[in-house]
Amino acid sequence: MQIELKLNGRVCKADVSPDMRLLDFVREQGCASVKCGCDTSNCGLCTLWLDGKPVLSCSVLAVRANGHEVTTLEGLQADAAEFGAFLSDEGAEQCGYCSPGFIMNVLAMVKELPDPTEEQIQHYLAGNLCRCSGYQGQLRAIRKYLLAKQEGKL
Amino acid sequence: MKKYVSAPVRKRDAMALVTGQPVYTSDLLPAHCLTVKLLRSPHASALIKSIRTDTAKKVPGIACILTWEDVPTARFTQAGQTYPEPSPYDRLILDRRIRCEGDPVAIVAGENEQAVDTALRMIKVEYEVLEPILDFTKALDNPILVHPEEDFKALCDVGADNKRNLCCCGVNEEGDVEKELAECDIIIDQTYHTLSNSQAMMETFRTFTQLDAFGRLQVTSSTQVPFHVRRILSNALQIPKSRIRVIKPRIGGGFGAKQSAVSEVYPAIVTMKTGRPAAIEYTRTESMTNGSPRHEMQIHIRLGADKEGNIRAIDLYTLSNAGAYGEHGPTTVGLSGHKSIPLYGTPRAYRFAWDVVYSNTMSGGAYRGYGATQGIFALETAVNELAAKLNMDPCKLREKNMVKQGQVMPAYYGELLQSCTLDKCLEKAKAMIDWDNKYPARQLENGHIRSVGVAMAMQGSAISNVDIGSAEIRLTDEGFYIMLIGATDMGTGCDTILAQMAADCLDCDLERISVQGVDTDQSPYDCGSYASSTTYLTGMAVIKTCEQIREKIVAQGAAMLKLSPDEVEFDGKAVRSLTTGEQVTLPEIGYASLSGAYPVISACVSHTSPVSPPPFMAGIAEIDLDPETGKVELVDYAAAVDCGTVINTNLARVQTEGGLVQGIGMTLSEDIQYSAKGNLRNRNFMQYKIPTRLDAGKLRVEFESSYEPTGPFGAKSIGELVINTPAPAITNAIYNATGLQFRKLPITSEQIAMGLLKKEK
Repeated sequence: MQIELKLNGRVCKADVSPDMRLLDFVREQGCASVKCGCDTSNCGLCTLWLDGKPVLSCSVLAVRANGHEVTTLEGLQADAAEFGAFLSDEGAEQCGYCSPGFIMNVLAMVKELPDPTEEQIQHYLAGNLCRCSGYQGQLRAIRKYLLAKQEGKL
Repeated sequence: MKKYVSAPVRKRDAMALVTGQPVYTSDLLPAHCLTVKLLRSPHASALIKSIRTDTAKKVPGIACILTWEDVPTARFTQAGQTYPEPSPYDRLILDRRIRCEGDPVAIVAGENEQAVDTALRMIKVEYEVLEPILDFTKALDNPILVHPEEDFKALCDVGADNKRNLCCCGVNEEGDVEKELAECDIIIDQTYHTLSNSQAMMETFRTFTQLDAFGRLQVTSSTQVPFHVRRILSNALQIPKSRIRVIKPRIGGGFGAKQSAVSEVYPAIVTMKTGRPAAIEYTRTESMTNGSPRHEMQIHIRLGADKEGNIRAIDLYTLSNAGAYGEHGPTTVGLSGHKSIPLYGTPRAYRFAWDVVYSNTMSGGAYRGYGATQGIFALETAVNELAAKLNMDPCKLREKNMVKQGQVMPAYYGELLQSCTLDKCLEKAKAMIDWDNKYPARQLENGHIRSVGVAMAMQGSAISNVDIGSAEIRLTDEGFYIMLIGATDMGTGCDTILAQMAADCLDCDLERISVQGVDTDQSPYDCGSYASSTTYLTGMAVIKTCEQIREKIVAQGAAMLKLSPDEVEFDGKAVRSLTTGEQVTLPEIGYASLSGAYPVISACVSHTSPVSPPPFMAGIAEIDLDPETGKVELVDYAAAVDCGTVINTNLARVQTEGGLVQGIGMTLSEDIQYSAKGNLRNRNFMQYKIPTRLDAGKLRVEFESSYEPTGPFGAKSIGELVINTPAPAITNAIYNATGLQFRKLPITSEQIAMGLLKKEK
């Protein structure tokens, strides 16, 4: 099927099979930050934005993105580096495999909830699994990032 | 000069990872790479009567389909261990005999996934389904044999006997255990049971292979053991090691899973047969059903003490379930006793005996903790049971009996304990949680119970006299260094911490050390990152290498100044005359060394250790338990760690926090169940629940550093140790809240609620 969408700001036309996942499509388009971590929509590794809202790209067909705007971490490099620096300063990226999906969701959260409580943070990101860090360092990074934003340092 | 050791240095690959750069195995696939998938057996035990692949081969885009008739007939082990491997050679790439659900039956390679999936459906297999042996407690000497084959081979004398379903057995003791137990006032005599937990690293097993311009097999794989993979592939494919090159890119987590060559052989044989690049990516389900999980163990303990709470004897017997194949079977079991019993310095006698048996369940492997986790759950729970029986605070019982610096540890290969602050760790953890006020439990207004529970843990630092770490450092023409290592950074940060050590040894900025690893054609031999060896062992190799290269720099600098080496100093930037101050800079020395006038300046040193100094920790869990539902919420976890000198304060903390959460998952939610026919029920993250951030609770980590004289900068290990305390500590907290003593993991809400109902009745 022919689809046309905007991928990280660039118009993208492609001929895809009807059962192709958006996850596989964006990886084929060179967006290697988007990872597959499970078979059951549990892990959050494949999180990207569809029209600015975070979705699991393993659970969206590529054809559903027809006419829409898709954003991956490749399209948010400056934001990724800005928050990623806080994550790195905690050592909390560890293997880094879950980082892109996690960061996509953190950036979505910050857009949606400028001043989230700890409970809001934990619930917003509950779908992003990480097996390395035990989550504490991720939380420290988010707090410091939000504080720096509030203090106008970013 | 800025010092890097003991600082919170950012991981050097961090920014590439957090911005999503294509640095992992699957991001680097060559063009026109074949997709490889496996047809797996639905049966736990069967013989393949026939396989028809003719129709499947006609599917457009199929490049090759291999069955048991197409693979070499020499058995090998997938375990990534130093040769001769203790794990028996009991595998073929494809075997006519199926030994567990998911055992591979055919390898299918094609131009795309769709063609491969179609072909997989068109292969017709006729099985002779056999009765499986699923209960490992009945496997020994069972008439059903998992490995009846005549060519089963154990390279080491581990007590293997495939005609008894025995992967290994043994006994180790000191003193007269029976006599001491007979004289004890109190004996705890109980059996503990842990399951075959999955590492669940976020990147599943994956490998791609291709032939290079010289016709050699080039393997890029998500592995912790590139050098062992080279040997394993040589054994499996029956080709010389000199024809194989293994490259490790960035790794999406390992935790021991990737200390077995789980996925490498399949694309490798496809590339050898077709000459084409080939790639395999395990699905999460495959990683769960046919990975290399923790060994299920049943541990029987007899723990004897006098009335005052002096522990006098420990008798520990471990029955370990190897599953279908023996990977890491003979070695993991050893840690269940050797890295639990030595926590206590007071016993006059101990005995540790073990059997590891085959069964038709998924085969075990290496998972963080490597048997110590299972043994420590059992022994620490027994010690908590002893405290309850003595009506004594479990911390006090431990203070009375724990091992102390300066003691010789009979159950730990007779090693002298040169660094240990376990006493301070326990004291610290108690203070952090406010133990004296919170032990054992209190009722909250909402009916919930708040309670605390305690445990201690140890591990090793590398396998003594076996593991090898190496580093090679070259001075470049521009005066910076290239450091080649064979240790595998799998997210843990060894590329960074080893560079921190080198920068301090060479008095230079971290940026002046470029770290490269791992490529078996270029890196110096290193057994790989496992057994908590990298910081301790490869770290020492780095220090020795730096010493050598410093000497060479000083010698050449002095020669260039026409002085003798004792007339100059090297401050990391230049070699300078002690008298005149005249100097040659490092770039000048580097350039001159490559101009033919002087020897090239590089150094490569290996290191091995006759001892494996244990790191220690104490962990205290505070839980909130709802007696109505049995739900356990982790309120707080206090962990105090003695890993010797902390090399990177951030990374050590995150290692600890990550290990704790894996331990929490093992204790409360990560379940493994089989159907009556031997099909695994917990096949993905829906049924095998690893902790989310809502389950992790609050964790607090402090370091109580000792100084290990045989370690780099006084460091010991940390990676594995930190998974060991949650299971016994939370089990203890549940007991303190409810009086229910659980001895099998995981402890689910249902079990607690049902237990409380039963107690009421």
